[in-house]
Amino acid sequence: MPRVTLVEGINLALARALSDDPDVVVLGEDVGVNGGVFRATAGLQERFGTLRVQDTPLAEGLIAGMSVGMAAQGLKPVAEIQFMGFLYPALDQIANHMARQRNRTRGRLTCPVVIRMPHGGGIHAPEHHSESLEVLLCHHAGLRVLCPTTPARAYGLLLAAIRDPDPVIFLEPTRLYRMARQDVVDDGIALPLDRAEVLREGDDVTLVSWGAMIHETSQAAELLARENIGCEVIDLTSLSPIDHDTILASVAHTGRLVIVHEAARHAGLGAEIAATVAEQALYDLLAPVQRVTGYDTVMPYFALERAYIPSVERICDAVRDTLRA
Amino acid sequence: MKTVAEFAIAYEQLLDGEGRATAALPAFAADEGQMLAMYRMMVLCRLFDAKAINLQRTGKLGTYAPCTGHEATHVAVGAAMRAEDVLCPVYREYGTQIWRGVTLTEILTYWAGDERGTNFAVPRDDFPWCVPIGSQTPHAAGVAMAFKIRGEPRCAVAYIGDGGTSQGAFHEAVNLAGAQQLPVVFVIVNNGWAISVPASAQTGAQTFAQKGLGNGVPGIQVDGNDVIGVRKVMEDALDRARQGDGPMVVEAVTYRLSDHTTADDASRYRPAAELEAAWKLEPLLRTRRYLTAQGWWDDEREAQLRAECAVRIEEAVHGYQHRSPAGPDHMFEHLFANPPARLAPQRDNARRYGPSALRQH
Repeated sequence: MPRVTLVEGINLALARALSDDPDVVVLGEDVGVNGGVFRATAGLQERFGTLRVQDTPLAEGLIAGMSVGMAAQGLKPVAEIQFMGFLYPALDQIANHMARQRNRTRGRLTCPVVIRMPHGGGIHAPEHHSESLEVLLCHHAGLRVLCPTTPARAYGLLLAAIRDPDPVIFLEPTRLYRMARQDVVDDGIALPLDRAEVLREGDDVTLVSWGAMIHETSQAAELLARENIGCEVIDLTSLSPIDHDTILASVAHTGRLVIVHEAARHAGLGAEIAATVAEQALYDLLAPVQRVTGYDTVMPYFALERAYIPSVERICDAVRDTLRA
Repeated sequence: MKTVAEFAIAYEQLLDGEGRATAALPAFAADEGQMLAMYRMMVLCRLFDAKAINLQRTGKLGTYAPCTGHEATHVAVGAAMRAEDVLCPVYREYGTQIWRGVTLTEILTYWAGDERGTNFAVPRDDFPWCVPIGSQTPHAAGVAMAFKIRGEPRCAVAYIGDGGTSQGAFHEAVNLAGAQQLPVVFVIVNNGWAISVPASAQTGAQTFAQKGLGNGVPGIQVDGNDVIGVRKVMEDALDRARQGDGPMVVEAVTYRLSDHTTADDASRYRPAAELEAAWKLEPLLRTRRYLTAQGWWDDEREAQLRAECAVRIEEAVHGYQHRSPAGPDHMFEHLFANPPARLAPQRDNARRYGPSALRQH
């Protein structure tokens, strides 16, 4: 059983999908000979050829748009957008066509496309390389949005995304690409979609997070445990749809909720979670819901990115605040 | 300095404004059955257009995009394509779509605000109407990529307007097609106007066909009111693409004799004299002159054809007006193969508060 990083888990899943299903095609900028700027597609073109692992022209709108056309013919394109700041040109195709194709043709044409892209900052990258734009995607009907945080879940969820008959956006936490290794069995088994994962059980407060912020959130839970504060940590994993049942069950137990995300606070996904808890579990709450998020500024260039990304200290303080309430 | 690239754009016209041959005609032009089939479809489109506009004016149809003036191009493209090819239309190319099997009832159902009209019984692989301008062209490139990957001898055809060629998506799609030598033909229907903006203000290029060349794809211009010329150019382009010799950009020069849509009033921006001159070159008249000169057509047949078309159109109108009502459930159906849990309660809410049937056009 190989011990692999998250990005290697993605590579294993892509190789598995390509060898199991002749309809799977990997495409994007530099995904071929170069194996992707993060090496997610390393070695795949050598194994599967230049048509099934293809370098596209440098145009994100085209990558999404041609995927719609390929999918209508029964292929299963797995496209890569190189960095999330370059998502914008593809949004026209994602929102106007990919997400709507099945509905507007009453099921005649479908769009089994996966669009992978790095998510979040913290790797000292150039401008426009560190964005957390999940809400732009979660707002659209017809899409699923995933964000796995471990090598094994990246492997199993990418297989699930590729096998799903509808479009899935697959966000890969850049900061976690090589942070940890884990045993991953390359058994071709997909994980179930639409589910959050309880990473740590606790009695005092529920922490909900996703993407690379899971790292800081878990560290905070560890530190707070030394103060006898029991944190239940939920890795949201599925950003659309949200597994509200798992969150509500946890809040019913702890009575307190702190939501941690790297994206900007205003109209962020944390607001959707907080609103749902207010609607459905207000009387379970012993304290106001807290959000620890990126600021409502632009994602700063890397000299200041650590000032933007919520720190362990900020999370710990929010948890302590909610326990004082 | 030396010249490292040169280009020329050929212009094809086989039938002039009087319906006379300007060059040797292809074999199908001597085939009465084939020529009459195209003319019949052109007349059907013209009459269908008038009916659809009337339905909109009397509140029985939503905003409608007319096709009057484009019939030769639309029908010729349909006649040149094979059934197994795939069309990525814009939203007014009814002549191509009807030729390929889309029904008049489906077209009316769509413009009545009901997306069930896009669920074509035939042709199942064709794309539905595409409203965001230019965004259909990458779909055609993707369809053609699928044909290339699978080694299927099929072609994709994408329509786009003169205004649409200003979109980045068009250039991205043509560029990919050139780089990968994909079996796709991009048909630019240059009808002179993008709503209120004339083609002359859309670009500094002498032709729209040459927008292919900058992206590595040959371009040709054809008289878009010449049904024989367009069909010949399209057959050649499709043969070439099908044989693996790569894509083509075809600019069909025609004229939008109608408003942009029923929500538009072209008299506010379009010179009356220009419209009047364009009517003299319209495609039905010259095709009819050609057919008459061959001894294949006369007033009696014309009257009979128009009567047949009227019956067919009335049947289609009856079909869409008597379809089952679209209910709130339709919003939720076909959104996902496996819908997320949150949708069922929303659907129940829509059932409870929504109209039992949307107002029927």
